[in-house]
Amino acid sequence: MRVPMTEYLYIDLSTEQWVCRPCGHNLGDARGSYKEGTLVYDRDPREIHPPIIDPEKYEFTFSPDPAYCRILEYCCPKCGTQMETEYLPPGHPPTIDMIWDIDALRTQWEERGEDPELVVDYGPGENAVTDMRSTHEGHHNHSHR
Amino acid sequence: MTLTTNDTGNPQEILSAQEQQWVDKFMDETTLFLGPDPEIMRNHQIHARTAYEDECISKGISPLEMDRIRKRLAGSLDEAFEMCESMGAAPGAKWADLSVAVYTAEGDVTYLSNRGVIAFSAVLHHPIRYIMKNWKDEPTVGIHPGDGFFHNDSRYGMVHNTDQSMLVPVMRDGQIIAWVGATIHEGENGACEPGGMPSGSETPFDDGLRASPIKIVERGHLRRDLLTFLQHSTRDPKLMLADIKVKMGAVRRVIESVDRIIEEVGQESFVAALRVTVENVEVEVRRRIKELPDGTVTFNQFMDSTLKENILIKFACKITVKGDRLIVDLTGTGPEILNRAINSPLGSTKAFMTQAILSYWWPDLPRSTGALSPIEVISEEHSWADAGYDAPVGQSLQGSFRGFSALQTAYAKLQFSTPKKYSNVIAPWFNQINDFLWGGTTQHGEQVGNLCADLNGMGGGAKAFRDGEDAVAPLFCAMADIAEQEVMEEEVPFLQLVSKRLVRDNQGFGKYRGGMGYEMIVASRGTPNWGFMTVTSGSKFSSITGMFGGYGCPTYPLSIVKGINIYDIIRKDPSQFDLSIERIMNEQPYEGGSYQSAHMGLQFDVAKEGELYMISQGSGGGYGDVLERDPEMVATDLQLDRISAQVATDLYAVVWNPETFVVDVQGTKDARAEARKRRIARGTPFREFIKDFVTEEPPADLLYYGSWGQDNDEEVFATHWGGQEPQRVKGKLSEIPLVMIPDRRVLKIEAQDKRIRELEAKYGETVLHKS
Repeated sequence: MRVPMTEYLYIDLSTEQWVCRPCGHNLGDARGSYKEGTLVYDRDPREIHPPIIDPEKYEFTFSPDPAYCRILEYCCPKCGTQMETEYLPPGHPPTIDMIWDIDALRTQWEERGEDPELVVDYGPGENAVTDMRSTHEGHHNHSHR
Repeated sequence: MTLTTNDTGNPQEILSAQEQQWVDKFMDETTLFLGPDPEIMRNHQIHARTAYEDECISKGISPLEMDRIRKRLAGSLDEAFEMCESMGAAPGAKWADLSVAVYTAEGDVTYLSNRGVIAFSAVLHHPIRYIMKNWKDEPTVGIHPGDGFFHNDSRYGMVHNTDQSMLVPVMRDGQIIAWVGATIHEGENGACEPGGMPSGSETPFDDGLRASPIKIVERGHLRRDLLTFLQHSTRDPKLMLADIKVKMGAVRRVIESVDRIIEEVGQESFVAALRVTVENVEVEVRRRIKELPDGTVTFNQFMDSTLKENILIKFACKITVKGDRLIVDLTGTGPEILNRAINSPLGSTKAFMTQAILSYWWPDLPRSTGALSPIEVISEEHSWADAGYDAPVGQSLQGSFRGFSALQTAYAKLQFSTPKKYSNVIAPWFNQINDFLWGGTTQHGEQVGNLCADLNGMGGGAKAFRDGEDAVAPLFCAMADIAEQEVMEEEVPFLQLVSKRLVRDNQGFGKYRGGMGYEMIVASRGTPNWGFMTVTSGSKFSSITGMFGGYGCPTYPLSIVKGINIYDIIRKDPSQFDLSIERIMNEQPYEGGSYQSAHMGLQFDVAKEGELYMISQGSGGGYGDVLERDPEMVATDLQLDRISAQVATDLYAVVWNPETFVVDVQGTKDARAEARKRRIARGTPFREFIKDFVTEEPPADLLYYGSWGQDNDEEVFATHWGGQEPQRVKGKLSEIPLVMIPDRRVLKIEAQDKRIRELEAKYGETVLHKS
């Protein structure tokens, strides 16, 4: 049973692994952080948020200051999907953003008796209905209910 | 209090009941000062059910009858809300920055008006608890039918000090059975700068009016002595009088409805309905927490300004779910700064956590104190999110809005796997008050101080299935208004020369992008005395992030052109009326102008006629990988000039025909495949990455406050000025020295003095320096 935990991550309860939703790549122990299985890049924030006023003339330009702020980009080593970004001061340890109780998650879904890939969507409203089955297995995001 | 044998010094001596009564009476009568009460102020749980409530509930009330009472109350509160909105003198009132509520006898919010600021549902039980504890049985005060209590100081429970309340008891046979209250963001409050939200306050006394709960209306009559005192304490006496009357009128209207409801259903059913609603919300919140997966989601924020200088201060937050418990732990958050305005009382921080819960987690729940009640909050007093009594809190929204973002952002991860959701999966909402505050003498000769409605134009976060909405609503009020600028210009002496024009590339990029913010360019006109302020952080470090691979907002500068009069310029040459921040700052078209960019903490700055002040509203966060964005949506944004060609190419990897904006489908597919390959090539495996990236301590030249990482959140770093030079200290929050930051102008002069002496030595000049 695979539980969609974010836009790009499953937890596979049978293997207890984090899995990339777009490509099925295993990213490591689901009792730990999925970040362990990712590739990380330390991005100069000015490359993402370009200056709108001239950085030659001004200190404050609409671009974050790289001495204050870095953007860590986390991607799947197999398919290159960018699954998370993190805005951090330079040198600050990356945040372990999610740690889940896998035993409790298993019990929760056993009690629900449903396939999480078929019942999880984005919330209320018809636009929020989605297909959480993995796209790499030939499913595409369209309504199945 | 109860004395123990140790206190009396004689282990054999135990006070008799009569003696203890004398001691208690003595202590009551000689209390020096009834300040904020930690027992009240640190408690956000609903009050225990009283014996009378228990009696009312035990007599039985049908769900249908309860539903009828709730709906009647909701209708009445919405009517009262509209009264405040239509008649309120405060600009904030006209744009929905207010709320009207019904409370239980002990002060728990049962129901809040549907429109307005939800955060009030988690903070106004504090002043009512204070009134019940201290004034109910106090012979010089007491509580009687027709009384109304006023307060504004957030140390006694308020969103922030610029809001003012009117809390009125509903009484039957001398007993309080409920309260009705109206609260409005009034703006001006007599602080060191006009407008009620001073970015420059350096002591709690700079924050302005410090009204603890006082009885301003006595048995239906407004007390002129206290009213005069309140008017005299602020810059806008007319506003004070008008809105006290407006709030009282709105509250009276709700009480009339309450009277009719009680006539129809009886007092006991009414009291039971109030109490059961609060309890039901609490029970339902616990049930919903249980639907979430057990685990911990951590989200840290870094704020880059004291509003006087750039620093980095952390707002740490770990949210743990275990069964039906949800624990919010703020340990690791940076210390309060004792001479800066950014600190927030814990009650205000919690109020904005509730704002996230009731508008972004479970918007279908009644807005009740029951919503936050079952949630546990771990926080140590004297952090900047949990300010002590001696810390200024003039711009406490800096801290409290981070409380909102902590819960709003984390919830996407907390709720993603749940099959039943009550709100959509969404990226962070913009969380700053990118807005002009203003003050001075109007064209009508009146003294005023307040703010523009543009703070209500925050960009919305992208949803998992669509772009965020542009300039849609502030995080604190879903149905607020950004007002008609032309109407405002009839009352205040400045023009918005550019208003509500979107700024290109001001987006949180993603598969779905955040809602965009617009630019505002203002200049004063026809006034002997005017000035502007800004009260925002996020000029060096983006104030919100993206979600699941999307990016956050950019950073926002304040741009100013001094030494020109734009009205003279465009009068002589109308073609110069082509204004945008980008053009003016990059081309510097006005001769003789001084062009400056700065962070967005501007203390009250005297604005001469025609000098330009320019800012941009912020963007919501983006959702998902930029390379998954529909290329047609990228082309549309390009065509509308919402993004630059650089962003379309470098971030979205879209190939298009610049003449026709037609997407090259295959070219885009190839470019994106290449972009993915480049990501894989430049990325470093996590373990290797942290070896290179992570440092033991914050960079030496950053003025950093808070924990570093999350392994040891109890140890916080701070920068301390014990002597002339800043010094890095670390330790537990309770152990590090008090943090006060020297005046930046003094530091600048010292640095310049040092340089002068270096140059004098270098060139052999002998100058006698007298001190």
